[in-house]
Parts: sequence; C-alpha cells; structure tokens
Amino acid sequence: MVRVDGKGSGAAVELRNLDKKYYRGEEEIDVLRGLNLDVDAGEFIAFMGPSGSGKTTLLNLIGGLDTPTAGSVRIDGDEISAMSGRRLAAWRARHIGFIFQMYNLIPVLTAFQNVQLPLLLTGLSRTERRKHVEAALELVGLGDRKHHYPRQLSGGQEQRAAIARAIVTDPKILLCDEPTGDLDRAAGDEILDIIGRLSKEYGKTVFLVTHDPMAAKRAGTVLHLDKGTLLECTAEGKLICGTEEAKR
Amino acid sequence: MKFLHLIVVNLKRKKLRTLLTIGSFMVALFLFGLLMTIKMALSGGVDLAGADRVVVLNRVSLIMPLPIAYKEQIQRIPHVADVTFAAWFGGYYQDMKNFFPNYAVDSESFHRIYREYIIPSDQWAAYMADRQGCIISPQLTKRFGFKLGDRVPLEGTIWQGTWQFNVRGIYRVERRELQTSELWFHYDYLEEQRQFFKGTVGWYVVKVDDPANGLAVATAIDERFRNSPFETKTETEKAFAAGFANQIGNIRLLILTVGGVVFFTLLLVTGNSVAIAVRERTNELAVMKTVGFSDLSILLLVMAESLVMAAVGGGVGLALAKVFTLGGDPTGGMLTYFYLPGKSIAGGFGLALAAGAAAGVIPAVGAMRLKIVDALRKV
Repeated sequence: MVRVDGKGSGAAVELRNLDKKYYRGEEEIDVLRGLNLDVDAGEFIAFMGPSGSGKTTLLNLIGGLDTPTAGSVRIDGDEISAMSGRRLAAWRARHIGFIFQMYNLIPVLTAFQNVQLPLLLTGLSRTERRKHVEAALELVGLGDRKHHYPRQLSGGQEQRAAIARAIVTDPKILLCDEPTGDLDRAAGDEILDIIGRLSKEYGKTVFLVTHDPMAAKRAGTVLHLDKGTLLECTAEGKLICGTEEAKR
Repeated sequence: MKFLHLIVVNLKRKKLRTLLTIGSFMVALFLFGLLMTIKMALSGGVDLAGADRVVVLNRVSLIMPLPIAYKEQIQRIPHVADVTFAAWFGGYYQDMKNFFPNYAVDSESFHRIYREYIIPSDQWAAYMADRQGCIISPQLTKRFGFKLGDRVPLEGTIWQGTWQFNVRGIYRVERRELQTSELWFHYDYLEEQRQFFKGTVGWYVVKVDDPANGLAVATAIDERFRNSPFETKTETEKAFAAGFANQIGNIRLLILTVGGVVFFTLLLVTGNSVAIAVRERTNELAVMKTVGFSDLSILLLVMAESLVMAAVGGGVGLALAKVFTLGGDPTGGMLTYFYLPGKSIAGGFGLALAAGAAAGVIPAVGAMRLKIVDALRKV
C-alpha cells in the first residue's frame, strides 16, 4: 500500500507534513512543502520529477542523511527526525542501504573491502564478515571480481559493487539515487534487474529516484514530485495530488 | 585492529606526501634526540651526582688550588664520613685534538668514595703498586687502542713536558650513562714531578654520613676556612655539576627554543598535509558516514592517520638518534656523558604523538562536522 494523502497508518515508512527549506543568503527556498507518504514494507517506489523538484532531498530525509525543517519521518515506528547524530548513524547502518548515481566506491579499497566497509561497524568476526561480503557479491554477480579495485571495474560492475555494499548489512530499505544515470542502457537494465530482484525476492522496500521513465516502469508505484508535493500516478495515468491544499 | 587497514591504505594513497610528512617527524625527533643527548652531556652530571657527596672548591675560582692540609681539618668536621681530593692535570695524548679529562687523585680515598666505578681487584693492586700507574675508561681503549700494560705518554698543559703513565686498570660502570672518557693517576706522582702548586689540590670531595647533613657540612666547612688565605666554597655534588653546566649557558632555554621552533614547524607541515588529505576525501568521508560511521569514528580515523605518521616518523628519528649516540662522543671526550637516556626517548615519543594529535585535530574536527548532504554534492 502506498498513500500520499497522509491518511494511512502503521506503514513501514510514514512521512507527515514534511517541510524542507534551504536558504541561499536571504532567499528561502521551499523544496518540500507539507509532504505526506505512507509506504508498506516490500514496496518498490519510483520518484520522478524535474530537476530541483526535491527527489534527492526526499530520499535523504527518508535515509536520515538530512533533517526536515518541519514534519516527521517515521520508519518502522522509529521517529528518525528526532534522533541524535550518533543514534542516527547507527540506525542508518542497520536499516538503510544507499545506492548512488556515481557509485561512490572508495578507490583505494578492492570491491571486497568496499562491500565490507559497513560491516566493520558491527561485532561480526573476520570470518563472518567474509561470508556476508561474498554472499552479497555473489548476489550481484561480482563474485569473481572481488579483489579488483574500482578502477579495474566497468561502470556497471562498480554499481553492482555499490549495490552489494548497500545490501551487505541486510537493510530493510534501499534508497537508490539515479543508479542508472551514469550507465548505458544494457548496464542500466542489469542494475534495475538486480534492484527489482531485491524488492521481489528479498522483500526490500525500494525507493528509486530516476529521470528515466523506463526505469520508473520497474517500480510498483511511480510518484511525481512537483513544487515540493507528491503526485501519484494512477493506473490510468492520472496524477493525484497528495496534499489537501493542492487538492483544493 | 579492523580499522588499521583503512588507516594504512589512506596513508598509502599519496605515498610521497606521507613519506615527506613522516620524514619531517623523523628529522625533528632525530634533532630532539641529539639535543637531549647534548643536554645530558652538558648537565648529565647533575642527575648522576651522588646525593651524599659535597664538593669543596677555592672560593675565588674553580681553577685556584686549595692546601692539601685541609684534608685533615675537613675530616674532623662532624658528619663527615670520608674525604678525598683530586687535581686537574689537563694533559693530552700526542695531539691537542686528542684531549680527554685526566686528573690526579688520592687513590685509596677516591676508590672508597666513588664505588660506582668498578675496578677488578688484581688491576687495582697493580695500579697501587705502580707509582706511574693509571686507570682509564673503556672509551679510551676504544678510541686510542690502549690496553693493560701500555705505556701512555701525556703532554702536560699546566705542568709542561711529557708525563709517562702505565695503564694498570680499566674501570667499568653498571649504568651506561656513567661512562666517561677519563684517566686517573696517583696524586703522589703529580706532587713529586710538578714544579709549582706543590702541596695543593684542585678540589675536595667529602662524603657525608647522611645526605640530609650535606648542607650543614658544607656550611661548616666554609665557616671553618673563613678569613683564611684559601677560603672555600662548598656545595653538594649536584649543585656543583649544575654550576659547571651553567657555565656554558642556559642549556635548557637553548634546547627549548630550538625544539619549540622545530615542533611548531612540524605542526604546520603535518597539519597542512592532513588537511589536504581530508579535503581530497570529502566525498568518501561522506559515504562512510552514510553507511553508518559516526562523527566520532570519522574523527578518530583521521586523528589515527596523523598519529601513525607521528609514531612512525618519531620512532625512526629517535631510533636513529640512539644509534648515532651509541657510536660514542663525536668530539672525542669534550662531551662527558654522551648518552641518550631512555626517559628522553619516551619523552620524545610522547612529544611526537602530541604533535601528531595537535596537527590532526583541526582537520579531524572538520571531517567530523562534515554534513553528508553537502559533502556528497562535492564530486
């Protein structure tokens, strides 16, 4: 179930009256305005919208990388917008996997070491860490490239390593910020296949930011962001606005 | 330990920069080691002086003599356990540049009072039986190849002419820092052969029955000889050694000044190096925070890089300084205690770590405060 009217309850991801403002000198920029969203576990959501519409900002707020100006972000019952920086970091490590457009692998670490990075924060033994990393790399089809450095991998392979890093701690939520934006169609499709599998087979809740309608089609629900509010795209192709103010 | 690899790979990114930073620590700590060695050499006697010994000098000057007749009078002063005396000879071996400390001693009493110099009994007996006998330090055997039984001619600088000595003993010490390049010989031989200053000694060393009585004994000795033609100045051996060291100048201030300048430069070099390294990795630090690294863990990782450079560079620098000092006094005897003590090495290492921490703290706090969202935009 996905709702943008703020009337859902008990959803895995629950955003209420979310505002986000940025300041550029004296100028105040409203990026998100009274945004509501309810998403159940295991859903695959795509966010679309023009540049500057607030897609990445929304993703950052769901992932606890940024704090809202007003409103609340509740994930699995945890009010993350009220968490301290330290608690939030620990929470992120357990619940969220991030996949970026530019992969953001650490160039001096091998694929294995990059994937292992989030596990260094856990109490797992060296052997247990190795098992988890190898399983994650196998899942993305990179088992034979684990000792390669990012510079020795293609773009698609780098993104697969980044996906392995995102899932190695077995988070419930995957946040993907234009993961195919820097890839050709074939490599992009491979990445979307993997993300699709993670949603369908492993029950991950996926939020995908994309400009590509073909990529968005992979999602169960496509939400458009426009002027800081969410519009749901219905099966008939109609856009329904999520805020009462916008409906009026 | 699991983060060690992360620290090492980060340091290996820009090998030249890391090596240069480590090199600056190495040079600074090598210099520190040498400065501490020189400080020890010039003022080491202060630390090593016997707490139960006082030194009696001529009040006018260190180079003016005292009558030998004072010995018996000093011995009668309460709390005096023993008395010995010595006279500076100032000879050199073959060439002026081969100078080393050498003096005539009242052998039996000198041996009783300076128990820290250990001489095998057979060698001591041979020395006592030979009027031209002398005792030397192991350093002199290394420097000139002297061995037991050798005849050593010294050119006199105060009392002219060539003076002949027979090496009858080589002393050893249990504490390495007590090793000096000295030669002692019988006072009687000097007294017999010299043309002037007969019946005088250079200084007296008085052993007191209890270190607590040192000051009282010193006062009593000076009081005893007040208004005599040879007034005395008596002080503890420690104060004497300190006064001797201070003749060269304020060593401590000199070392603090040189050391302070070096370490300030080191802070700037290392701080700049770590700051650049952090700035280059802004995006990666943001990614690390994204995957769950806390602000504190990021701070500690950056600090650790600075500390590792400080520890490696400082450790190597101090080790090199130690190796250098093990080679012995490069001046050939001018620096009496040429030795880098363990506590100076530990102090230097602590100083290197403190400099590493101070240099790393500002970039580390910057990395800690990094906002993920802002940093991720900086590709």
